[in-house]
Amino acid sequence: MELTTKAIDSLRIEHITKRFPGVLACDDISLDIGKGEVLALVGENGAGKTTLMNVLMGLYHPDEGKILINGEEVNFRSPNDAFAYGIGMVHQQYMLVPNMTVLENIALGFKQAWKPWKLDLHMVRDRIDAVARQYGLAVDPDAFIWQLSVGEQQRVELVKTLCLGARFLILDEPTSALTPQETDDLIALLKRMSGELSIIFISHKLQEVKDLSSKVAILRHGRVVFQGNTIDHSSSDIAALMTGHEVVLPHNDAPACTMGPMLQLRNLKVRSDRGFLALDDLSLYICKGEIVGLAGVSGNGQRELAEAINGLRKVESGQILFDGQDIANRSPVQVIQAGMGYIPEERNTEGIVPSFSMKENFILKDTDSEKYSSHSFLKNKVVDVEAEQLRQQFDIRSPNIEVAAGSLSGGNIQKVILAREISRSPKFLIAVYPTRGLDMGAAEFIHKQLLQKRNEGVGILLISEELEEITNLSDQVAVIFKGKIQKVLPSSEASRRRLGILMAGVKDDEEI
Amino acid sequence: MTKRFKTGYRIGVIVLAIIITMLLGAVILWAIGADVFKTYMVILTEPLKNKIGITEVLLRMVPLTIIALGITVAYRSGIINIGAEGQMAMGILATTAIALAFPNLPSGVLIPFAILAGMVGGAAWGFIPGFLKAKLEVSELLSTVMLNYIAAQLYTFFLRGPMLDPAELTMGSGTPQSMRLTRNLDLTRFIPGTRIHSGLFIAIGLAVLIFLLLWKTSYGYKMRAAGASERAARYGGINVPKYLIIAMMISGGFAGIAGSIEIAGVHRRAIEGVTSGYGFSGIVVALFGGLHPAGILPAAFFFGLLIYGADMTQRLVGVPANMVQVLQGIIILVIVATKMVLANPYLMQRVESKFAAIAAKRSNQEVQA
Repeated sequence: MELTTKAIDSLRIEHITKRFPGVLACDDISLDIGKGEVLALVGENGAGKTTLMNVLMGLYHPDEGKILINGEEVNFRSPNDAFAYGIGMVHQQYMLVPNMTVLENIALGFKQAWKPWKLDLHMVRDRIDAVARQYGLAVDPDAFIWQLSVGEQQRVELVKTLCLGARFLILDEPTSALTPQETDDLIALLKRMSGELSIIFISHKLQEVKDLSSKVAILRHGRVVFQGNTIDHSSSDIAALMTGHEVVLPHNDAPACTMGPMLQLRNLKVRSDRGFLALDDLSLYICKGEIVGLAGVSGNGQRELAEAINGLRKVESGQILFDGQDIANRSPVQVIQAGMGYIPEERNTEGIVPSFSMKENFILKDTDSEKYSSHSFLKNKVVDVEAEQLRQQFDIRSPNIEVAAGSLSGGNIQKVILAREISRSPKFLIAVYPTRGLDMGAAEFIHKQLLQKRNEGVGILLISEELEEITNLSDQVAVIFKGKIQKVLPSSEASRRRLGILMAGVKDDEEI
Repeated sequence: MTKRFKTGYRIGVIVLAIIITMLLGAVILWAIGADVFKTYMVILTEPLKNKIGITEVLLRMVPLTIIALGITVAYRSGIINIGAEGQMAMGILATTAIALAFPNLPSGVLIPFAILAGMVGGAAWGFIPGFLKAKLEVSELLSTVMLNYIAAQLYTFFLRGPMLDPAELTMGSGTPQSMRLTRNLDLTRFIPGTRIHSGLFIAIGLAVLIFLLLWKTSYGYKMRAAGASERAARYGGINVPKYLIIAMMISGGFAGIAGSIEIAGVHRRAIEGVTSGYGFSGIVVALFGGLHPAGILPAAFFFGLLIYGADMTQRLVGVPANMVQVLQGIIILVIVATKMVLANPYLMQRVESKFAAIAAKRSNQEVQA
C-alpha cells in the first residue's frame, strides 16, 4: 500500500517557547533531526519533553518559535495536520477505546477505509497484516483492548501509528511498559526502521538511549542543557547531565528471610477477564522483611495475581495464607483490614480517585477509622494536618493539599499512593510496576521507601518488568510465565540473561 | 494563561449559553406565532410582581428542591435517577394510606409519621433499580423510566379503587381522588392569604442535611468515591454495590418526601397530576444547580419561576404552558453543551491566543497612532 505522505528529509524546531500558568514548559528550544536519525530526548519528569512533543503534534500551539519540515515552515493546528505530514506519535497514555477491538481501533483513524456508508474492515485488516509482517509486530486484530495488558496495548498503538502512514515517529517512553526481551526487540525494530524513517523518542532509560539513538538532547526545566552525538558520551555522563547530580539507585544488600513466612500462595487458580486461567496452580511464598520480585512479561498473570490477593478478583481454587489466615475470596475491605497494602498497576484510575483532592485520596481506605472520623463525621482538621504532613514527608510537589489528585504528574500521583499505603503501616505490601514511567529522582525515592519498609519487617511483593529494579531491590526473584511460577532464584543468581530466558518460558535455564 | 482570562472566559461562556437558550426559545415562540419579548417578560417578571406570585413560585420550589437533592445524591454516586416521578407517586400513596388509617393522631405525630412513610414508599421504589443495577448491572436509565409507568398505573389504581373518596362514590362524578385527608396532616400556611406552607423550611433543612451527608460524613465520601471512580472505590475497600443501592434509596426517599409534603401542604388529598412533571424538572434543577445544595436552592427558585410564569403566559399572551417543557429541554441541551465547552482546554487556549492577537494589534495601532 502506498503512503500518502511525503518523505521527511529534515525537521527543525526553532526557538520554541511554551508557557503554562506559572510554568515555562519549553524555553527557547531548538532541535534538528535529519532523515534516518534517531533523537533521544531525555530529562526528568516535568522537564518539558512531552509538552514539546505535543507542540510538534499540533496539540499545543507554541507561544513563540516555529517548526520547519524540509526547510518549509509548517503550522499544525491539530494532530490531523501533523498526520498529514506523516508525523505520528505514540503517547505515554494510550489513546485506545477499551471496548472496541484492535481492528476497530485502528480503523478509527484509517481514513482510506472510510467508504461511503461502509467501513472497509478488510482493508484495515490487510494493512495490519502488512505492517505486522513488515516490522514483526504481531497483534491479534480481534482482541478487545480491555483484554490486553499494557504492553500489548502499546504494541497496538505502534501498529496503529504505522498503519496510518507515519514516516516520522514520536515515541513517548516507548519501553516503559515492555519486558527486557520486548525492549530489545523494539530497539532492534526501531533501529531497522530508522533506515526509512526518523524517530524522536523520550526515555528515562539510559541503556536504550545508548543503544538506539544517534543524537541525544537533554532537557531540564524546559531548556536544552545538552545536545550532542550519543556516541561521544558515556551513560554516566548523560545520567549526570540529566538530573544535575549523580544518581545511584538504592540497592538491597541486607540478609534475606529470617523472620518466617508472611504471605503464602498455594495452588492458586484465577480466571482472567476473557475467562481463561490466568493463574494456573500458582504457588509462592514471601517472608516478613523480604522483597520478592516477580519478573515476567506483562500479561502472564501479574495483574490477576495482584487483584486476587486483594480481593478484587475471584479465586477459583487454592489458598492465600496471609499471616496464617486464609484471605482467598475475602472482600477488598477485609483484605485491607488484615493489613495488606497495595500499589496498583493503574495509578491514575485505580490508585486514586482523580477528581478528589489530594487530602481526600489519603483517607480513601480509612474513612471509617477512629483517626479520621467519629460517628461517621469526618474529622476535617485531622485530615488536613495529616495530609500536610504526608505531603511534606513524601515530597509531593503540589501547591497545596486541596488540588485534584488527577491533575498531579505521574510521579506525584505515585507518591500520593505510596504515602497513603505506607502511612497505614501495612504488614505486607504489593507494589505493581511502582516506578513505571517515573523519572530517576522519583524512582530513587520510591525504591528507598520500599527498602526501608522491608527493613522494618514488611514483606513486599514487587511486580515489575524492569529487571534492574527487580534485581536491585529483591531478596528473591520469582519468574512468572503463563500463570505459573517458572522458578524462584536468589537475587544474586538472577542475571539479566537468565531471567530473560525464564521469562520467555524456558524452564531449565541452566542447560542453555 | 492568566486567572483573569480564565474567569472571564467562564463567565463569557455562561452568558453566551444563556443568550443561546433565549434565542432558541425565541425561535420556537416565533414559530408558534407568539410575541417573543412579551412572553419572556411575562414568564420572568410577572410572577414576581405581587405576594401571591412570589409565594406560588416558592411553593413550586419546595418539591423541586427536595427531588433535585435526591437526584444529586444518586448522580454523585454514579447512578442516574430518572424515576423520581414514580418514586414521588409511591410516596404520596404511602402518605395517603397513613393519613387514612390514623386520622386521629395529633399533628405532631402524624406529620412526621406520614412524611416518613412517604420516604419509605419512595425509597422502596428507588431500591428496585438500585438493586438491579448493583447486582445485575441493569441500566438504571431503563429501569427507572419503566418503573415510572408502573407507579403511575398503581397510583391510578389506588385512587380509583381502595383509596377512592367515598363521597365520589355516592355522588357518582367518579373523579379519581382520595377524600380530603385529616386536618391533622395539614402543614401550616404561614403567610395568610397564600398557599405557601412550612414545607419550604423542610426543603431548606434537607438541603443542609444533604450537604452534610455528602461532604462531611464518611458515607458521603464513599458514595462520592463510588460515583467518581468505581474502580478506585473498589480498590479502596468501598462496597460499591451497597452504596449504589443506598444512594438510590435516598434518592427515591427524597422524591417520596416531596410527594408527602406536596399532599400535606398543597393538595390535602391525593389527586391525579400531583407529580406534574416535578420528577423530570428535578433532574434539570439538579444539573442546573451544579449537583450541589447551594446551587440547587436558587436553581429550584428559577425553575419554580419558569413553571409558574408559563402558567401565566397561557392567560396573558396565549402561549401554552407546555412551552416551559420546551424551554427545559433546551436548557438541558445547553447545560450539557456548556459543560463540554468549559471542559475543553484547547478551545480555551485558542480563544486566548485570538484575544492576545487582537490585543497585540490594538496596542500596535495605538503605538503607530
